Amino acid sequence: MIPLSYYLILSAILFCLGVAGFIIKTDVITVFISIELMLNGVNLSFVAFSHFLRDIGGNIFVFFVMVVAAAEASVGLAIIVAVYRNRTTLNVDKMNLLKL
Amino acid sequence: MQVALFFVFATLAVAGAVNLLVQRAPINAALSLVAVMGALAVLYLLLGAEFIAFVQILVYAGAIMVLFVFVIMLLNAQPDPSSHRSRVARVIGIPVLVLLVVEFCGFLATQFANAPVRMGEYISSTEELGTALFRRYLLPFEVTSVLFLVGLIGAVLLAARREDPPVADRDAPSVTRKSPGELVIR
Repeated sequence: MIPLSYYLILSAILFCLGVAGFIIKTDVITVFISIELMLNGVNLSFVAFSHFLRDIGGNIFVFFVMVVAAAEASVGLAIIVAVYRNRTTLNVDKMNLLKL
Repeated sequence: MQVALFFVFATLAVAGAVNLLVQRAPINAALSLVAVMGALAVLYLLLGAEFIAFVQILVYAGAIMVLFVFVIMLLNAQPDPSSHRSRVARVIGIPVLVLLVVEFCGFLATQFANAPVRMGEYISSTEELGTALFRRYLLPFEVTSVLFLVGLIGAVLLAARREDPPVADRDAPSVTRKSPGELVIR
């Protein structure tokens, strides 16, 4: 039998690795992928709690998180394409047009 | 059996996530995320969430990651050269990350050590999920469809090319559009 804490620890590890990738990567697409990794870590803890509390609400929340992630991915990648068209770079350090 | 499956796929997920951090090329990061999602889908099946597991494969690994890979190919994203500027971040950041993980694990292991419900007893069936989605959560579901519509319009508006060069041949009088509403005929 697998305790709930194992799932939560795995979820925390995935979330922390996503945070690390978000901070240390300089490629805007990889930064975006790290955000998806964080969302996946949170989804795992939602499903684990849904199972352990015997409540379907956790699964519904995962469903909505996936929907929001899909919308976010489409809009975010469109923004990346638009930025690349204007600046011809994918490096986040070079996207400093709004910097004082 | 379940414990072995959990450990195999949990290790796979963590290895994929670490690989995502280590790899420099964006395409490798995207494919490692696909591996993580596949491993997580198996864990969802272990937790009895069959619908979420298959949606994870179909929507997340299927649709969203294809979008990522498509953009990576479209923009010809090369591996970024390593920036050696932030050596401080490397020296301090990795211990802080390890500390954060250890802190999380210690907290979760002590707080949820003896969870009362056992595994493999509760199946959240698709029927139950659909009933809850269309009865209790009907308003969020409809709001989500509006969100999707806005996302669709926004993606098209952002990614669409603004001014198209005229493709007419030289001899024919070409019509160019300088600003919206103003037509220039040569």
